[in-house]
Amino acid sequence: MKTSFFRGALFAGAFLGTSLLGGAAELLNVSYDVTREFYKDFNAAFLAHWKAQGGESLNIKQSHGGSSKQVRSVIDGLQADVVTMNQVLDIEQLLGPKLIAPDWQSRLPNQSVPYTSTILFIVRKGNPKGIKDWSDLVRSDVKTIIPNPKTSGNGRYSYLAAWGYALRQPGGDEAAAREFVRKLFSNVPVLDAGGRGATTSFARNSIGDVLLTFENEVSLTIREFESEGFELVVPTTSILAENPVVWVDKVVERKKTAAQAKAYLEFLYSPEAQEIAAKHNFRPSDPAVLARHADRFPNIPLFSVAEVFGSWAEAQKVHFADGGIFDQIYEKR
Amino acid sequence: MPLLRKERSALPGLNLSLGFTLFYLGLIVLVPLSAAFLKTSGMTWNDFISAVTSQRVLASYRITFLASFAAASVNCVFGLLTAWVLVRYTFPGRRLVDALVDLPFALPTAVAGIALTAIYAKNGWVGQFVDPDGAHRLLPHGIKIAFSEIGIFVALTFIGLPFVVRTVQPVLEELEPELEEASASLGANRWQTITRVILPQLFPALLTGFALSFARALGEYGSVVFISGNMPMKTEITPLLIITQLEQYQYAHATAIAVVMLIASFTLLLLINLLQKWSRRYHRV
Repeated sequence: MKTSFFRGALFAGAFLGTSLLGGAAELLNVSYDVTREFYKDFNAAFLAHWKAQGGESLNIKQSHGGSSKQVRSVIDGLQADVVTMNQVLDIEQLLGPKLIAPDWQSRLPNQSVPYTSTILFIVRKGNPKGIKDWSDLVRSDVKTIIPNPKTSGNGRYSYLAAWGYALRQPGGDEAAAREFVRKLFSNVPVLDAGGRGATTSFARNSIGDVLLTFENEVSLTIREFESEGFELVVPTTSILAENPVVWVDKVVERKKTAAQAKAYLEFLYSPEAQEIAAKHNFRPSDPAVLARHADRFPNIPLFSVAEVFGSWAEAQKVHFADGGIFDQIYEKR
Repeated sequence: MPLLRKERSALPGLNLSLGFTLFYLGLIVLVPLSAAFLKTSGMTWNDFISAVTSQRVLASYRITFLASFAAASVNCVFGLLTAWVLVRYTFPGRRLVDALVDLPFALPTAVAGIALTAIYAKNGWVGQFVDPDGAHRLLPHGIKIAFSEIGIFVALTFIGLPFVVRTVQPVLEELEPELEEASASLGANRWQTITRVILPQLFPALLTGFALSFARALGEYGSVVFISGNMPMKTEITPLLIITQLEQYQYAHATAIAVVMLIASFTLLLLINLLQKWSRRYHRV
């Protein structure tokens, strides 16, 4: 009742908005925190492309925030034409209220993942603890900063990367992985709620010896705290952080923006957009563009969530749901 | 007794204003609260019990209520002191201090949290002297303030202080110094004057201040998450667990924990109100 009223009000608002603007179609891209700059550049490129194709006038708006908060707003009626996230799990929440089609991943190339990232390490100046790889993170003298996997994509990918690393070592099995992750998290002195908080703990409050973070945020963090002289450490392997995109069927149907939304997302795969992604430190899915920027993206073997955990839903259920392995690690101590 | 006893009032428009008040309260307070109960009602009883009594949640109730209680108690003492000084003494900069008291009201709580953490972390102004890893540690083992239970207490004390000061202050202003003089001239010593004359008058206001500060602390999220370190089972507060559930799209679990918090807070506030009523009746001078 309440939501439908809320939605009704939003529709009315959106309708009024579009009709007052004299019918110019509007696209709303609902994304997570750190893509703001990337999409600013991308939107400009897309609009130029769209005009060159003879498309009618178009307004593109962006909305950014914590990923699950953003998805919750879309579920509650925010009229997002496209949703761009950093975890498949977030987008799959839109399946419940039937906002998107069940086959959404196969509608765009590369499982609807135009660009990816991974988890790398940032250490203090001169790497005093000599941290080289995941195995160093379980040493008792190393303190690691990871945000809470239950509340941040960053933390979730870090946790899964550590698990995957342990599993793929010689003689690695589930018990070994569990023990590895348990040891790793017993070295985590602060569990911040999000990536920003974790960076603050590490950089401003000088907590911990190593910060685990997304590749696309590494250079930003190092630049922002230039005087600290932080250094990047690339482990031998890590996880493939896929950034899936989707158009919201229910919304584009109503707003009659299906063509624009589809063109918008398809343009993400164009060489031009892939270059913009690379510029913002996202790994392009186009191998040619990736090869051109090989110096910026260390070539280490990356395993995907699907390869190691079956699927995101499965990983969520086993590891992060209430009473899952992550909870057990803390409750047993 | 009829539900709404009408008394003839000299002022017109009672019905209208009463109706408006009830409507407004219902719209602003009751509708959102009942939404929390509604969302929860979709759960089975067993789900509800397991959601609100898991080890982590129980640990979070403990730390949330204890830290809030401790912070509100400390605020009662120092809030009373602050209010006393502000009302009874004149000194240069009194107005400024008076205005400073309200700052925790106005400051976004996240800013407060980040500032407090920066001060008490091991490289902070205070942290470097007290933290176990601080560069200029004064105590042999040091005390961990940021990222510990003490940090939560510090943040909650910060945000709760104005509630006590601002509820006690007006009552103190009404309290005439002549009463104390009378008490003294009748042979009471200072301690007797304070405990027999002043405190009974202030007690209801102090209780209100305590209740407000306590209730505010129970729901505080923004400032605490930065300074607490959020370690499960240790420094994870209940509001953080509610957010954690929401981040995982577990609406029902989140509202279930919220409902428990609501009921607990409501019961506590009710008890404090009753206590206040009782103290008004028996401590009137």
